[in-house]
Amino acid sequence: MLQKELTIRNRAGIHARPAALIVQTATKFACKINFQKDNETVNAKSIMGIITLGAGHNTKLTVTADGEDEQEAVDALERLFESRFEEE
Amino acid sequence: MKKFTVLDLLDLDLKEHNALNLKCIGGRSGLTREITVPDLNRPGLALVGFFENFGPNRIQLFGRGEYAYLLKLEREDNQENLEELFNREISCCIFTHTLAPPDAFLEISERARVATLQTDLGTSEFAERIIRALSNVFAPQEVMHGVLVEVFGIGVLIVGDSGVGKSEAALELIERGHRLVADDAVEIRCVSGNILIGAGAHKTLGHHMEIRGLGIINITHIFGVGAIRDNKQVQLVVELELWDQNKVYDRIGAEDRTKEILGVHVPYLQIPVKPGRNVPIIIETAAMNERLKKMGYYSAREFNQSVLKWLESENARNLYFEKRRELLEREQQKGGSAGSSNASIIEAD
Repeated sequence: MLQKELTIRNRAGIHARPAALIVQTATKFACKINFQKDNETVNAKSIMGIITLGAGHNTKLTVTADGEDEQEAVDALERLFESRFEEE
Repeated sequence: MKKFTVLDLLDLDLKEHNALNLKCIGGRSGLTREITVPDLNRPGLALVGFFENFGPNRIQLFGRGEYAYLLKLEREDNQENLEELFNREISCCIFTHTLAPPDAFLEISERARVATLQTDLGTSEFAERIIRALSNVFAPQEVMHGVLVEVFGIGVLIVGDSGVGKSEAALELIERGHRLVADDAVEIRCVSGNILIGAGAHKTLGHHMEIRGLGIINITHIFGVGAIRDNKQVQLVVELELWDQNKVYDRIGAEDRTKEILGVHVPYLQIPVKPGRNVPIIIETAAMNERLKKMGYYSAREFNQSVLKWLESENARNLYFEKRRELLEREQQKGGSAGSSNASIIEAD
């Protein structure tokens, strides 16, 4: 199991489009991926779950991946967060 | 669990016989205080200066009696006990019957940074409602990934890995006239120790669903208000999983399987999914079967009972045939010496 803290860099936060990108990235991997904000945990492969986190600018999320390709999954998500979801 | 503050108490969206009708009349800086215990205190004893066993962090409820005593203290210009009360850790003060406390009280509450709230309800009624509301807030809770639908009056929680078709199954159930409670993130609370109440984890977002290929859709607007519900008891958990050839699935259903959520055992079914299998119909049938079980009728067990009864009666019948065969055999043995005429008569019977 792998854990990493990611920060949301884009100003608008996670709205529909970034959420779709996260889900697209997450579903490429077979491992189980969860996002945690405060004490709420959602499945990274569910778009409604991610949107309902209500994660705004500068929010810190903990991503947890569990499975064979966990390292690749976390790396891919980290790249996505660093790219500010291709916004700005 | 997130902190529950006095402000959250004011924001609780409760309706009709649950409404608290609260408003803040003083000590606004105390609105951010946290309410940590779901308990009330009538501060009568504290007002007369008796603080032994005074429970900290409680909500202080002022009814007509306490209010009259406050007025008496005001007339006597004796605020010592009141000051002492506010020095203790209290979460907030609430006046019932729309009673407005004297200005001196509000001043002290402002200074102590404790919010003073007011309601138009009677004291007993309000106490009942707030205890109910707080026990809901402080109930053990968990957010589960799944869809909660009401099917024939049974709250069915559909769970399973992403992409297995939970939302699609729920959508067809809604289309067949059942109701959506929550999609994706279902917040489950354990109320009074043995009842699980499920609701959407985010009420502000309403009843939306994500369907692959369609995107996000608004269920209320498409199917109408009849297709939604705010909360529902979780009475059956259905887990969808991709059909696994090597796995043994329940073929009889005579034994009750349960899944534990927050310490409560809920009836549980595993339904294998494969193309061409109509999952919504299976869920509908499971819900109706669950209702039958609640009425004390277990399809699989009753079926088995009738099979057993049938086998028994067959056995009883066979007994006659066996006796008859024995008789015949005996006659045949005898017939070796006394002729076979008797045996042939019995056979003609």
